[in-house]
Amino acid sequence: MKTEHAKPMMTPSPKSPPPEDQYVAVSPWKEAFRQLKKNKLAIVGLFIIISFILIAIFAPLLTSSTYSETNPTNRLQSPSMEHWFGTDDFGRDIFTRIVYGARLSLQVGFFAVTGALIFGTTLGLIAGYYGRWIDMLISRIFDIMLAFPSILLAIAIVAILGPSLQNALIAIAIVNIPIFGRLVRSKVISLREEEFIMAAKAQGMKNGRIILHHILPNSIAPIIVQATLGFGTAILEAAALGFLGLGAQAPMPEWGKMLSDSRQFIQSAPWTVLFPGFSIMLVVLGFNMIGDGLRDALDPKMKS
Amino acid sequence: MLAYTMRRLLLLVPVLIGMTIVTFSIIHLIPGNPAQTILGEQASPQAIADLEERLGLNEPYWVQYGLYMKDLATGDLGTSLRTNKPIMDEIWPYLAATIELTVFAMIFAIIIGVNAGIVSAWKQNSWFDYLSMLIALVGVSMPIFWLALMEQWIFAQELGWLPAFGRDNPRDPIISTTNLYVLDTIMSGQFDKTWESIKHLILPGIALGTIPMAIIARMTRSSMLEVLRSDYIRTVNAKGSGQGVVIYKHALKNAAIPVLTVVGLQTGNLLGGAILTETIFSWPGIGRYIFEAINYRDYPVIQSGILIVATIFVMINLFVDLLYSYIDPRIKY
Repeated sequence: MKTEHAKPMMTPSPKSPPPEDQYVAVSPWKEAFRQLKKNKLAIVGLFIIISFILIAIFAPLLTSSTYSETNPTNRLQSPSMEHWFGTDDFGRDIFTRIVYGARLSLQVGFFAVTGALIFGTTLGLIAGYYGRWIDMLISRIFDIMLAFPSILLAIAIVAILGPSLQNALIAIAIVNIPIFGRLVRSKVISLREEEFIMAAKAQGMKNGRIILHHILPNSIAPIIVQATLGFGTAILEAAALGFLGLGAQAPMPEWGKMLSDSRQFIQSAPWTVLFPGFSIMLVVLGFNMIGDGLRDALDPKMKS
Repeated sequence: MLAYTMRRLLLLVPVLIGMTIVTFSIIHLIPGNPAQTILGEQASPQAIADLEERLGLNEPYWVQYGLYMKDLATGDLGTSLRTNKPIMDEIWPYLAATIELTVFAMIFAIIIGVNAGIVSAWKQNSWFDYLSMLIALVGVSMPIFWLALMEQWIFAQELGWLPAFGRDNPRDPIISTTNLYVLDTIMSGQFDKTWESIKHLILPGIALGTIPMAIIARMTRSSMLEVLRSDYIRTVNAKGSGQGVVIYKHALKNAAIPVLTVVGLQTGNLLGGAILTETIFSWPGIGRYIFEAINYRDYPVIQSGILIVATIFVMINLFVDLLYSYIDPRIKY
């Protein structure tokens, strides 16, 4: 493995930058990747997440039943060779529901984070770069949104839109906008006075180009870390809303909804509650492990 | 310090106004007639017409918002659809229950979190360090409603050690004047009932306190590691002071500052987390009050409940910020 990444540093490929750049041995991204590979927890996290992505993609191949197929004679069966995770009160195979639930959770995480990322980053860039009244306005909006505990704001939004998985997703995305927005804004403000930005301005570069080509690439590291950690938070929030009956509706195999539907059987059929909860925890743990690893790898301050 | 406090209080004004705009919008953004929304499905046309008049629904939005603010300023939080009582009159017992639970959860989180963090930093890279940081990582990844269900199953239903629901024994209820049961029973000398209410607090308190505990442990560890490397700690060590003195007397004082911020932020978050914990443990707190209101489509309660929780959240954060600048003399404003 060592020779593998030693090679590109020593033998210049034809497309590599001009020779005078040669002694800048490793790009910060490569360096970060090397750091990340050394972090065992991050690798474990990556392994967990890749497993869940594969499970979500190949769900139909992993199980022969469907997630909504009920079978009253098979009610609340304990785990067996036939039903690995047992069955729920409708006789549905829990393993199948967990596997299909992985699709829902990962989708919610992905779309909620992407939505929050796009709007948050855009608002943060505008606020940080242009400053003055527009910064004042955007920052106050962020303050107001952050004045609500996030799950409560999400509940308020779902109360307006009506309970469904899609609306829960929208609510979670909205709630997370100020988190990205503030992060990007503070990064932009510290970059704005840097000499290379001044130079770009002095050369007559347009604001839009400066933001896209100089500011954004330089603020990307904390955004990536926050997005990874945000993925876990979004999945947790979606499960919480599902649990409260404000997210996914029956018969969707959403893990939080599965938990609240089976909680009355916890004593007679604990597997109905055990597996969905464990799946939520494992996925979120995976994202948190990668997120922590990325932060250590990308944040130069952490390297001592 | 005084100038800083004043500035912070002034900055709070737009935030508080913004919050009322958000809660005002909840009622108005729900499709349909707000008067109908507030009064519910069964309301008579006359009652709807009366409320429309009072809320100024035929006036422009800013007039309606003005009327809403006027109500808030006079302490009118609306009337619950479910109980038909003014929210202002019935909210305190719920709020008190949540305060008691939150305080208990936070005490648990601080005691365990800070100590785990200290020992982890002190014995960096030991098995204790790895184990407690792993637990902390699992703790922040855990859906608290799942943890709550598991606790209930194991400690209440299977082992029967602790009660699974409520705040007191329903056959021997606690008569309370302040609704803070622990405090009340101690004051009146009913120590058996104090123990009863503490027993009811343990499971929900731990469920609610787990996430802040994990975050506090991680924060304390990293903050302590930084402090333990500093020169003055080396000096204290060179003087030959015992480890306990070094850690608890000298290092913790400085490491506590970032920890304090986390404690403040997390206390606020507990108010949000309480909605899940309280639902599971049938804890009659504000979270459950709001949750039940959602099921009944009791919009006035949803609106005012959210506003009250958010106001407390903002106040706690302000208080911690002020405390922070008071404790750390290096911070000058």
